[in-house]
Amino acid sequence: MKEIDIADLKKITELVKTKYNYDFTNYAMSSFKRRILRILELQNTTVDVLIKKLNESDFLDDFLNEITVNVTEMFRDPPFWRVLRDDILPAIMLNHQKIRIWHAGCSSGEEVFSMTIMLREMGILDKVSIIATDLDTTILERAKAGEYNLKNMELNEKNYIRYQGNSTLKDYYSEVGGKAIMDKSLVENVSFRKHDLVNGEVFNKFDLILCRNVMIYFNQTLQNDVLRKFHESLFKYGYLAIGSKESLIWCDIANKFIVVNNEEKIYKKIKD
Amino acid sequence: MSRFDLNNKYKAVVIGGSAGSFQGIVKILSHLPEDFPLPIIMCLHRLKHVRNGFVEALSIKSIMEVTEPFDKENIKRGKVYLAPANYHLSVELGNYFSLSTEEMINNSRPAIDITLGTAAYVYRDKLIGILLSGANRDGAVGMKYIKDKGGLTIVQEPSECMIDTMPTAALNITPIDHILKTDDIVNFFSELNKHYK
Repeated sequence: MKEIDIADLKKITELVKTKYNYDFTNYAMSSFKRRILRILELQNTTVDVLIKKLNESDFLDDFLNEITVNVTEMFRDPPFWRVLRDDILPAIMLNHQKIRIWHAGCSSGEEVFSMTIMLREMGILDKVSIIATDLDTTILERAKAGEYNLKNMELNEKNYIRYQGNSTLKDYYSEVGGKAIMDKSLVENVSFRKHDLVNGEVFNKFDLILCRNVMIYFNQTLQNDVLRKFHESLFKYGYLAIGSKESLIWCDIANKFIVVNNEEKIYKKIKD
Repeated sequence: MSRFDLNNKYKAVVIGGSAGSFQGIVKILSHLPEDFPLPIIMCLHRLKHVRNGFVEALSIKSIMEVTEPFDKENIKRGKVYLAPANYHLSVELGNYFSLSTEEMINNSRPAIDITLGTAAYVYRDKLIGILLSGANRDGAVGMKYIKDKGGLTIVQEPSECMIDTMPTAALNITPIDHILKTDDIVNFFSELNKHYK
């Protein structure tokens, strides 16, 4: 197993912070270290060369693309999506004509497509405005393109079946040259934007924020900061969904939320 | 009986296992000494999409309750932890867990190498690593890392394993302190426990 000194990690985070204003200081140490080691391996290079590249050339986009973890699935945790469909969205619809949703850290867009497929099957896609953000512009382009490896669709289809959708996932994509090309009309009203949860400003208010398996890459200090931003970005009685193995209970402002569904980790903002 | 030459410096036990390890795990957990003082951190290959059932099945048999840690949960003495389905489980400096959904390693998520490797980084020579039956090579590198950091390494006796690929892979790349049948791993825990009394 390869190793990297904490001092070298610090050199890299300092450089990226001062030169590019991306702050990875408070990323969870073990996974951040693995990402850096992965870049070194993929580039077949050393820390010094990596630092040189970051200093000199337009390597930043590649760096951000590799540093962020972009492993995701459509309808990951099918029971979560059933709860959204059967409980959360109907509850929001009771009080709102228009639903505003933010996918924070949308990666390659699988979750955005899951959402819009679900909304279309519910017949309310036109009542929902969605903003999907990520700090990695390369991955945002992939999300917009909606083209996925066909072999990933097997797992996505299995998840969709367990979610108990109305049809088959095949109705939402066509197969072209080993790729699954998603139906673009699903995301024509989705705004894909670059946004960094660490340094980014609060930019809008939402009824529902999805940020599943994103904050696991942050340490608790940063989780607290980001949660404060989410709190500010939610309407009162708006919902926040995090990953099923994440928890808000250690966060400073946990008392401003209540747990709506503990199994699926869906929270509701109850205090401003 | 001092065949293991133990002391009370250890801070944690990590256990890796895959195909054919369930019975061994159950036997170990069901024979743990009451109030066993160290955290036991288990990374077992499991079905990715089945979130529920496994931890409950282990808990029923175990002397101590088995839980799947949440991201950033503190690691406590005398608790048994199981890596959740479809997440890698890491130990962080500061004695807490973090989870991740990074790429699979050795076709596995959770990957035993990640749990063992990060635990070795944090606990260094104060870690005991145990690798049980399994059908791939995951965990071998993690065991080597534990050994390199001065920790204590144990693999299940290959002849007793349903599938011995995993312990054999570890034996091939690093010295292993003890090669034990499950019954002897049970004895190991009870002897270790005596050093903390």
